[in-house]
Amino acid sequence: MPSVRIPTPLRKLTADKDEVSISAANVNELIESLESQFPGIKNRLCDESGNLRRFINLYVNNEDIRFLDGKETALKEEDVVSIIPAIAGGRA
Amino acid sequence: MSFVKGLKCKECGEEYPKEPLHVCETCFGPLEAAYNYDEIKKVLTRDAIEKRDRNIWRYRELLPIDADPAVGRSVGYTPLIKADNLARTLGVKEIYVKNDGVCYPTLSFKDRVVSVALSKAKEFGFETAACASTGNLANAVAALSIEGGLESFIFIPYNLEQAKIIGTTVYGANLVGVKGAYDDVNRLCSEVAGKYGWGFVNINLRPYYSEGSKSLAFEMMEQLGWQAPKHVVVPMASGSLLTKVWKAIKEFELLGIIPENGTKIYGAQATGCSPITTALKNNWEIFKPVKPDTIAKSLAIGTPADGFYAMSVMKESGGWGEDASDAEIVAGIKLLAETEGIFTETAGGVTMAVTKKLIEHGALPKDETIVICITGNGLKTQEAIADSVARPYIIEAQLDEFEELYSKIKNQEEKGGTQDALSSHTNPA
Repeated sequence: MPSVRIPTPLRKLTADKDEVSISAANVNELIESLESQFPGIKNRLCDESGNLRRFINLYVNNEDIRFLDGKETALKEEDVVSIIPAIAGGRA
Repeated sequence: MSFVKGLKCKECGEEYPKEPLHVCETCFGPLEAAYNYDEIKKVLTRDAIEKRDRNIWRYRELLPIDADPAVGRSVGYTPLIKADNLARTLGVKEIYVKNDGVCYPTLSFKDRVVSVALSKAKEFGFETAACASTGNLANAVAALSIEGGLESFIFIPYNLEQAKIIGTTVYGANLVGVKGAYDDVNRLCSEVAGKYGWGFVNINLRPYYSEGSKSLAFEMMEQLGWQAPKHVVVPMASGSLLTKVWKAIKEFELLGIIPENGTKIYGAQATGCSPITTALKNNWEIFKPVKPDTIAKSLAIGTPADGFYAMSVMKESGGWGEDASDAEIVAGIKLLAETEGIFTETAGGVTMAVTKKLIEHGALPKDETIVICITGNGLKTQEAIADSVARPYIIEAQLDEFEELYSKIKNQEEKGGTQDALSSHTNPA
């Protein structure tokens, strides 16, 4: 199953897990599966129309999905998906 | 009294209190200072501004501080030069140079933003100032931390120009050279900021810091006789300055301080680090991060934080963006020096070169007022042009040697102009 790296600000929703494995054939399915396991996470990643939020970057392996097939980007068993806020955090 | 209501997410509009915060907790968008313009309109008029000291704080109602300014009390009000020689060379009617290469105290526009950030840092009670920098910001934080009585920790890419390094450590700052590009430095700093509780001017103080850029445009409009120019050319690294020039013009229009003039904003990048102009030219909504490869190190940000908004401003205002190669940047530096006697750093070379290209392409009209924003001083990036400028003639201390040289120079001038004479000699210093 593809694995998903969860950034710190979203770990409240994943019971502090920094990596989870999700069965999904593409990024769309992956977001829906994440939502069913961790309710509320989709709203943090996507806006009301379901589009990926502008300041969230999703990488499949090391490529931004916006330069692949967007949310239709296909996923393979060994793929690593990283969720990366565009503006790095640092609350002090 | 305070005219700042709080912070507001530029993406989803969620509101936050005035704290050292910079990212929206819901949608991860950037936070921005929100003002009470109705109250500002009652007090901020041309007359009120003109009675105040000539520094950035003459526009203080539109800067996000609550207490009296504690840092950078003499910063700003740099010259706006009517550049007639440059206009003739470029074949345009009217062009002005806003010269922040002589900003006090560290010779770049970063003195403005740091003054606001550190004044706010003092309000928040921070004792240590920090930043990730490509150099100019490092100089400004190091110098202005002295005025604020703050300790400073400054992170830079390890291969910066010598002048920017010495111009930081001389103030006693803790300077950390990170093996990597600016984007690596910035990533490290986000982690440091989360852990150490410091005031990072371009991270947790960013909503306050970035507002300081507006003062450059406020001055520009005041110096033009209380009007906005038709066209402004602005260099882009993160893209923040460009968005704030736009915001400043819109605020002055909103407050009735200037009439609307349909100002168009143009962004300039180095070709070796041009994620914003590349996205603009390709009509992409997003940026392809780049690994910078350019002599314009102060603009070398491969993942521009405000790139999207900068692109929106260029499109919305009817302006455009362009980029310049290293050779064009050097030519831009020399053009500004030889026509106007202004020695700018590589970022200014980018702005100058892009302006020239935009005029040549017809994107910038020749018969309307243009302002170019020169943001840094050439003395800081001498390495970049050391091989492209003439070296001195070396002679013995004898009059006949000078007379021989003088007639040689004059002969060369008659044949091919001063440039040929200067580059033809064979006695490098």
